[in-house]
Amino acid sequence: MLPVTPKTAFWMGARCGAPFILVIVPFALLFGVVASEAGFSVLETFVFSTAVIAGAAQFTALQLMQEQAPTIIVLVSALAVNLRLAMYSASLTPHLGAAPLWTRAFIAYLTVDQSYTCSVGAYERYPDWDLATRVSYFFGTCVLVLPFWVLASVSGALIGQAIPPEFALDFAVPITFLAIIAPMLRTLAHVAAALVAVVLALGFAWLPYNLGLLVGGLGGMMAGARVEQLLERRTSGDAP
Amino acid sequence: MIDKVTIWTVIVGLGLGSFALRFMFLGLIGNRPLPIWVLRHLRYTAVAVIPALVAPMVIWPAATGGMMDPPRMASAMVTLTVGLLSRNVLAAIICGGLTLYGGLYLAG
Repeated sequence: MLPVTPKTAFWMGARCGAPFILVIVPFALLFGVVASEAGFSVLETFVFSTAVIAGAAQFTALQLMQEQAPTIIVLVSALAVNLRLAMYSASLTPHLGAAPLWTRAFIAYLTVDQSYTCSVGAYERYPDWDLATRVSYFFGTCVLVLPFWVLASVSGALIGQAIPPEFALDFAVPITFLAIIAPMLRTLAHVAAALVAVVLALGFAWLPYNLGLLVGGLGGMMAGARVEQLLERRTSGDAP
Repeated sequence: MIDKVTIWTVIVGLGLGSFALRFMFLGLIGNRPLPIWVLRHLRYTAVAVIPALVAPMVIWPAATGGMMDPPRMASAMVTLTVGLLSRNVLAAIICGGLTLYGGLYLAG
């Protein structure tokens, strides 16, 4: 195998990101359609998708805005969905933390599920890569994903108004979310987090300002963390 | 219809807030490790917050005025099951969508 240079690493990254186009394009199209139904203009959809690049948070914000939730609740809930990005940031730091500040700022802006998954996988497989190679690989993972994400959002916004209500597009959002979450339920702790979150969210649905969502989310996170801790103790065999 | 001030407040707020989350550790904290209990909770944010968001939309859909709706329930169940078994997001979306349209067609 030829030695990996920053240039070849860039294209390796692009190849790792390429299959995600199949997932991103329908998701972004759907976002554009739902946004335009909610009253977003094409420009607003474009800026939203470019500034945030996080479909789940964008859908959350859209849904809550349509329910007339106060703006602060919209922001807190959507940012809660994006908390995983802070986790990605923490996990990328040992690999990319030595890069110049401006480079790190661009890496941060482009930290999404796909670029993170590809990059961390590659850094673990090739621990001998130097910093320039790692940075180059990271940007490679985004070179296809980002343009397709933005273009598909805008296309969705352009065709959005043409879709009649009989197509039950209201339910596209729950279906998409469930489809994203189901494969993430890998362990008992993940399942416990999801179940507790659902029960609490339904039980506290009567709270004003969609606070039931935050109760469910926090309760679910605590349940997941607790179950993980219990399982770890059982497998390690010695209770502390 | 959502008013323009709200739309732009949310776009700017969510854009800046998401950047802050992404930049938080890489940019500011550098190589210092996070406390284990924080990481432990962060691992479950997505699988907790998103189900909490979706559950009321499945049980009390806005499109039916909050009435339980069998095609929508069936569609949610199928999406979840296919997603769990296949680990494939697109397959789950397609099966869920087909169930929804099949159910709505049968319900007339």
